Amino acid sequence: MPFIDIISGLLLAAGLFFFTAGTVGLIRLPNLYSRLHALTKADVLGLGFTVLALVPQTQNWVEVFKLLLMWILVSVSGATVCFLIGDRARRHDAETEEVPHR
Amino acid sequence: MTMLWWLVSVVLLVNVLVGLAFVTTRKGSPDALLSSLLFGTAGVALTLTVGQALGQPRAVDIALVFALLTAVIGVAFARKGWMSR
Repeated sequence: MPFIDIISGLLLAAGLFFFTAGTVGLIRLPNLYSRLHALTKADVLGLGFTVLALVPQTQNWVEVFKLLLMWILVSVSGATVCFLIGDRARRHDAETEEVPHR
Repeated sequence: MTMLWWLVSVVLLVNVLVGLAFVTTRKGSPDALLSSLLFGTAGVALTLTVGQALGQPRAVDIALVFALLTAVIGVAFARKGWMSR
Protein backbone atom coordinates (compact mmCIF):
# COMPACT_ATOMS: atom_id res chain seq x y z
CA MET A 1 0.00 0.00 0.00
CA PRO A 2 1.52 3.35 -1.02
CA PHE A 3 2.38 5.91 1.62
CA ILE A 4 -0.20 8.37 0.23
CA ASP A 5 -2.99 5.82 0.66
CA ILE A 6 -2.02 5.25 4.29
CA ILE A 7 -2.24 9.00 4.98
CA SER A 8 -5.65 9.12 3.25
CA GLY A 9 -6.86 6.15 5.26
CA LEU A 10 -5.86 7.68 8.57
CA LEU A 11 -7.52 11.02 7.69
CA LEU A 12 -10.66 9.17 6.57
CA ALA A 13 -10.79 7.31 9.88
CA ALA A 14 -10.59 10.63 11.73
CA GLY A 15 -13.33 12.07 9.50
CA LEU A 16 -15.63 9.12 10.10
CA PHE A 17 -15.03 9.39 13.84
CA PHE A 18 -16.23 13.00 13.87
CA PHE A 19 -19.21 12.29 11.61
CA THR A 20 -20.27 9.46 13.90
CA ALA A 21 -19.76 11.71 16.93
CA GLY A 22 -22.07 14.28 15.32
CA THR A 23 -24.78 11.70 14.66
CA VAL A 24 -24.54 10.27 18.18
CA GLY A 25 -24.76 13.83 19.51
CA LEU A 26 -27.87 14.49 17.41
CA ILE A 27 -29.57 11.50 18.99
CA ARG A 28 -28.30 11.64 22.55
CA LEU A 29 -28.07 15.33 23.51
CA PRO A 30 -30.95 16.77 25.53
CA ASN A 31 -32.06 20.00 23.80
CA LEU A 32 -32.03 21.83 20.46
CA TYR A 33 -29.08 24.10 21.28
CA SER A 34 -26.68 21.32 22.22
CA ARG A 35 -27.83 19.19 19.27
CA LEU A 36 -27.19 22.13 16.96
CA HIS A 37 -23.75 22.52 18.49
CA ALA A 38 -22.89 18.84 18.03
CA LEU A 39 -24.04 18.78 14.43
CA THR A 40 -22.52 21.96 13.07
CA LYS A 41 -19.12 21.63 14.78
CA ALA A 42 -18.43 17.90 14.70
CA ASP A 43 -19.74 17.37 11.18
CA VAL A 44 -17.82 20.29 9.70
CA LEU A 45 -14.65 18.89 11.29
CA GLY A 46 -15.46 15.44 9.90
CA LEU A 47 -15.92 16.94 6.43
CA GLY A 48 -12.62 18.76 6.83
CA PHE A 49 -10.80 15.48 7.51
CA THR A 50 -12.57 13.78 4.58
CA VAL A 51 -11.53 16.63 2.26
CA LEU A 52 -7.94 16.39 3.56
CA ALA A 53 -8.01 12.64 2.86
CA LEU A 54 -9.03 13.37 -0.74
CA VAL A 55 -6.33 15.98 -1.33
CA PRO A 56 -3.42 13.48 -1.73
CA GLN A 57 -5.50 11.55 -4.30
CA THR A 58 -6.09 14.50 -6.62
CA GLN A 59 -4.47 14.86 -10.04
CA ASN A 60 -4.01 18.64 -10.27
CA TRP A 61 -4.13 21.82 -8.21
CA VAL A 62 -7.53 22.91 -9.48
CA GLU A 63 -9.15 19.98 -7.69
CA VAL A 64 -7.29 20.79 -4.48
CA PHE A 65 -8.53 24.38 -4.75
CA LYS A 66 -12.12 23.20 -5.28
CA LEU A 67 -11.97 20.82 -2.32
CA LEU A 68 -10.59 23.47 0.04
CA LEU A 69 -13.10 26.02 -1.27
CA MET A 70 -15.90 23.56 -0.52
CA TRP A 71 -14.73 23.03 3.03
CA ILE A 72 -14.45 26.79 3.64
CA LEU A 73 -17.95 27.27 2.22
CA VAL A 74 -19.43 24.51 4.40
CA SER A 75 -17.72 25.74 7.56
CA VAL A 76 -18.80 29.36 7.06
CA SER A 77 -22.37 28.41 6.15
CA GLY A 78 -22.53 25.89 9.01
CA ALA A 79 -21.53 28.51 11.56
CA THR A 80 -23.99 31.04 10.07
CA VAL A 81 -26.91 28.60 9.99
CA CYS A 82 -26.12 27.48 13.53
CA PHE A 83 -26.30 31.08 14.73
CA LEU A 84 -29.52 31.81 12.79
CA ILE A 85 -31.35 28.75 14.08
CA GLY A 86 -30.15 29.24 17.64
CA ASP A 87 -31.16 32.91 17.60
CA ARG A 88 -34.56 32.09 16.15
CA ALA A 89 -35.15 29.33 18.71
CA ARG A 90 -34.19 31.65 21.57
CA ARG A 91 -36.58 34.36 20.38
CA HIS A 92 -39.31 31.78 19.85
CA ASP A 93 -38.84 30.54 23.42
CA ALA A 94 -38.88 34.10 24.76
CA GLU A 95 -42.13 34.95 22.92
CA THR A 96 -44.07 31.86 23.85
CA GLU A 97 -42.53 31.48 27.34
CA GLU A 98 -42.65 27.75 26.92
CA VAL A 99 -40.00 25.38 28.12
CA PRO A 100 -36.93 25.56 25.89
CA HIS A 101 -36.86 23.38 22.80
CA ARG A 102 -36.46 19.75 23.66
CA MET B 1 -8.08 1.54 -1.92
CA THR B 2 -11.36 1.57 -3.88
CA MET B 3 -12.81 -0.81 -1.32
CA LEU B 4 -11.89 1.63 1.46
CA TRP B 5 -13.71 4.50 -0.28
CA TRP B 6 -16.83 2.32 -0.64
CA LEU B 7 -16.60 1.32 3.02
CA VAL B 8 -16.40 4.98 4.08
CA SER B 9 -19.38 5.78 1.83
CA VAL B 10 -21.46 3.07 3.49
CA VAL B 11 -20.61 4.34 6.99
CA LEU B 12 -21.53 7.91 5.95
CA LEU B 13 -24.80 6.64 4.48
CA VAL B 14 -25.59 4.85 7.75
CA ASN B 15 -24.94 8.15 9.57
CA VAL B 16 -27.40 9.98 7.32
CA LEU B 17 -30.02 7.24 7.64
CA VAL B 18 -29.76 7.22 11.44
CA GLY B 19 -30.23 11.01 11.40
CA LEU B 20 -33.32 10.69 9.20
CA ALA B 21 -34.73 7.92 11.41
CA PHE B 22 -34.23 10.20 14.41
CA VAL B 23 -36.30 12.94 12.76
CA THR B 24 -39.28 10.63 12.27
CA THR B 25 -39.41 10.17 16.05
CA ARG B 26 -39.56 13.95 16.59
CA LYS B 27 -42.61 16.10 15.97
CA GLY B 28 -40.93 19.53 16.29
CA SER B 29 -39.82 21.11 13.03
CA PRO B 30 -36.39 22.40 14.23
CA ASP B 31 -35.14 18.83 14.47
CA ALA B 32 -36.14 18.21 10.88
CA LEU B 33 -33.77 21.00 9.91
CA LEU B 34 -30.99 19.48 12.01
CA SER B 35 -31.30 16.31 9.99
CA SER B 36 -31.12 18.31 6.77
CA LEU B 37 -27.94 19.94 8.09
CA LEU B 38 -26.54 16.46 8.76
CA PHE B 39 -27.59 15.44 5.27
CA GLY B 40 -25.82 18.55 3.97
CA THR B 41 -22.38 17.94 5.47
CA ALA B 42 -22.48 14.13 5.37
CA GLY B 43 -24.03 14.26 1.89
CA VAL B 44 -21.15 16.37 0.60
CA ALA B 45 -18.66 13.89 2.07
CA LEU B 46 -20.71 11.00 0.65
CA THR B 47 -20.68 12.52 -2.85
CA LEU B 48 -16.90 13.01 -2.63
CA THR B 49 -16.15 9.47 -1.43
CA VAL B 50 -18.48 7.79 -3.94
CA GLY B 51 -16.96 9.94 -6.70
CA GLN B 52 -13.50 8.85 -5.61
CA ALA B 53 -14.57 5.19 -5.48
CA LEU B 54 -16.01 5.42 -9.00
CA GLY B 55 -13.03 7.41 -10.28
CA GLN B 56 -15.21 10.35 -11.31
CA PRO B 57 -13.52 13.73 -10.65
CA ARG B 58 -16.77 15.51 -11.63
CA ALA B 59 -18.21 14.50 -8.25
CA VAL B 60 -16.28 17.43 -6.74
CA ASP B 61 -18.44 19.86 -8.75
CA ILE B 62 -21.63 18.08 -7.65
CA ALA B 63 -20.51 18.24 -4.02
CA LEU B 64 -19.79 21.96 -4.39
CA VAL B 65 -23.36 22.57 -5.61
CA PHE B 66 -24.65 20.43 -2.77
CA ALA B 67 -22.75 22.54 -0.23
CA LEU B 68 -24.22 25.73 -1.72
CA LEU B 69 -27.77 24.36 -1.57
CA THR B 70 -27.34 23.31 2.06
CA ALA B 71 -26.37 26.86 3.01
CA VAL B 72 -29.43 28.29 1.23
CA ILE B 73 -31.82 25.76 2.82
CA GLY B 74 -30.60 26.56 6.32
CA VAL B 75 -30.96 30.31 5.92
CA ALA B 76 -34.38 29.99 4.24
CA PHE B 77 -35.67 27.78 7.02
CA ALA B 78 -34.43 30.04 9.80
CA ARG B 79 -36.15 33.06 8.19
CA LYS B 80 -39.43 31.62 6.91
CA GLY B 81 -40.06 28.04 7.83
CA TRP B 82 -40.33 28.19 11.58
CA MET B 83 -43.64 26.61 12.54
CA SER B 84 -44.99 26.77 16.03
CA ARG B 85 -45.35 23.45 17.69
